[in-house]
Amino acid sequence: MDFREFDELAAHRAAARAWVEKNVRPEWADEQHRSGTHQTPELHGLLARDGILGAGWPAELGGSDVDPGFARAVFEELIDAGIAGEGWVTTAMVINTIKDLGTEEQKRTYIPAALRGEILIALGYSEPDSGSDAAAAKTAAVRDGDTWLINGQKMFTSTAQLCSHVFVLARTNPDAPKHKGLTMFLVPTDSEGYELQPIHTLGGQRTNATFYSDVRVPDSARLGGVDEGWSVMHVALVYERAAPGTGAIEQTPTESFAAWARETRRPDGSTVLDDPLVAERIGRMAVDAEVARVLSLRIRWLAQKGEMPGVEGSMWKMFATEAAQRHHSDILDILGAEGVLTPEAEGAPGAGKYEHGLRTAVVGTIYGGTSEIIREIIAERRLGLPKNRSNR
Amino acid sequence: MDLGFSDEQEALRDTLRAFLDKESPTTVVRASEPLGFDAGLWGRFADMGLAAIAVPEERGGGGGGFVELAVVAESVGRHLAPVPLVEAAVANLLLTSLVDGSDPELGPLAAQAVAGELLATVAPRPASNGVARLVPAGAVADLVIVLNGDELLLVRQPDRGPDTPAAAVPNLGTQPLADCRVDAGSSVVLAQGPEAVAAHERARRQWELLTGAALVGLGERALEIGVEYVLQRRAFGVLVGSFQAIQHRLADVVTNMDGARLLAYEAAWAHDENLPEAGTLATMAFLFAAESAFRTASESLHFHGGYGYTLEYDIQLYFRRAKAWPLAAGDPRGAYAQLAQRLFATKGA
Repeated sequence: MDFREFDELAAHRAAARAWVEKNVRPEWADEQHRSGTHQTPELHGLLARDGILGAGWPAELGGSDVDPGFARAVFEELIDAGIAGEGWVTTAMVINTIKDLGTEEQKRTYIPAALRGEILIALGYSEPDSGSDAAAAKTAAVRDGDTWLINGQKMFTSTAQLCSHVFVLARTNPDAPKHKGLTMFLVPTDSEGYELQPIHTLGGQRTNATFYSDVRVPDSARLGGVDEGWSVMHVALVYERAAPGTGAIEQTPTESFAAWARETRRPDGSTVLDDPLVAERIGRMAVDAEVARVLSLRIRWLAQKGEMPGVEGSMWKMFATEAAQRHHSDILDILGAEGVLTPEAEGAPGAGKYEHGLRTAVVGTIYGGTSEIIREIIAERRLGLPKNRSNR
Repeated sequence: MDLGFSDEQEALRDTLRAFLDKESPTTVVRASEPLGFDAGLWGRFADMGLAAIAVPEERGGGGGGFVELAVVAESVGRHLAPVPLVEAAVANLLLTSLVDGSDPELGPLAAQAVAGELLATVAPRPASNGVARLVPAGAVADLVIVLNGDELLLVRQPDRGPDTPAAAVPNLGTQPLADCRVDAGSSVVLAQGPEAVAAHERARRQWELLTGAALVGLGERALEIGVEYVLQRRAFGVLVGSFQAIQHRLADVVTNMDGARLLAYEAAWAHDENLPEAGTLATMAFLFAAESAFRTASESLHFHGGYGYTLEYDIQLYFRRAKAWPLAAGDPRGAYAQLAQRLFATKGA
């Protein structure tokens, strides 16, 4: 038994830090925070220029000879610096799916361009009337000769404002059972009939609704077989787990808040941490944080053994995101009247990050599998309880 | 990184499970009540050296570590085996670390405890006014280790032992709890001053760690019982286990129990590695296992409906112990507060 975390990227850390120091401007983090757009085009160009996007890809598809470990270390450094690359996360998912399922022409069209940083692909699964139940998508694609006509709407098409394409899940057979009448398309965002409307969120992140009115795409924009979109989407989901730069959202505020509580004095001279009512809640946060850590360690251990983590990943995601919500709520309670101060307010505790954290933590239990869907998965796959909803 | 058991640990677990399936079914657990102790079963534990598995070989022990001890404690918890394995294991480690084997008076006592000829326990909470209150295994122990002020005492209980138990104090967990009087005639000083306090603190963390592991076993079995029940009981024409309200609550408790298991073994591993965070990890493992096991047993009991409230169904055995075992350490909310102080009161700690 050994719970020590082995840093397989240790050899790349120093070089990755040096790359980030040389190329990254610290204000990009503030800019992402301010604009809510979690992708920085200038940075993306640099990642492409230095072959970091192309690391691990074969040369004939535009890959570079950069070590994939170095590339991952760079993405982790960026996350530590507060800089996300959500547009690249979705793009990487889609081009990996193209690599597995695309035609030769599709591979040559999309993959080298993506690795050069010239195209970015957003995900178009959710709709105004369907989220967790993605297979209920109503957006329709109708064949018209060698082309398809797409009509409908997509919700939460995040980073689409910077993307060249949306990976659209569309209904091609309204008569088939819902999972069997779907097809995936790569829809260029400069298509006629495509429109985008920004959507602003509680946590400050900007996302979008995208609209498709008689958008015409060639048959070559179809990825995978007609009516096989559901299984194509599942291939993409597997790559979601392996994507660079995910998993940063569930970071616990425990240590930073405990440090604040230790350093901050009350009028009577005692520290905030001296208050047993406060200490009890911080003790609970610390235990939750450790539980979340060992649950995530288990995922990496399974992956290291060559096993595919399934329900274990879901358990970690549910536990960590729900703990993050409890923690931010408790922290604001402890801060009392000052807890309401936003990052814009002068003198806000922790520069407002706890207040902001409360708002962003909300989405953790919604995106990427709601806690309710996860509980179903755990009940069925781990405990062997009967399926309680039909697939209609 | 390797979160799995070694082949030897795996074999130990399988052997114990098979042994306890046979020797400690819930009929035996029930028959041991109200005292909560089975002298015959304890004799078998002693013969196998289970409470001395982590004592060095040169002191007559098994030469194993805390991971092995946690495997044993987990099995005891899973089967609610009516034996004070956790207390005896901690007491044996304490005795062999403080007592020189060649000491004419104490050496033989320590050796007898390790050999299972004497049953030693340790009071998790210090004595007050000359009495250690409600000491786990206090009713059946020959020897009790008690922190009295800044002295760590070894108290002999000549009138008590596995074969001459004191009358049980009626208690929720039907444990062999008893008050232990600390008087000059029957006690010997094992350590004094800061050394005594530190040794007791160390024993306390080991007790937390192993009680946490026992609660992991208890909670996991309580969950199995609940799942088995909802998969055979029908209501409104369908299996109770098909209701979402029940599935979701069971999904929560299995997630917590998985976390509790990982944390308990992380703490055991940290003890074997002598890591500086071993003590706080033990407390974390204890607190989380206690909360998770009680919640699991409560939910499982609840899903039995009216039958869960009857004594006839086994789930009540788990429910009572899940609440009772951890309380020997006191109010858990106080322990959470102290944990935060231990973790964060000093900068860079």
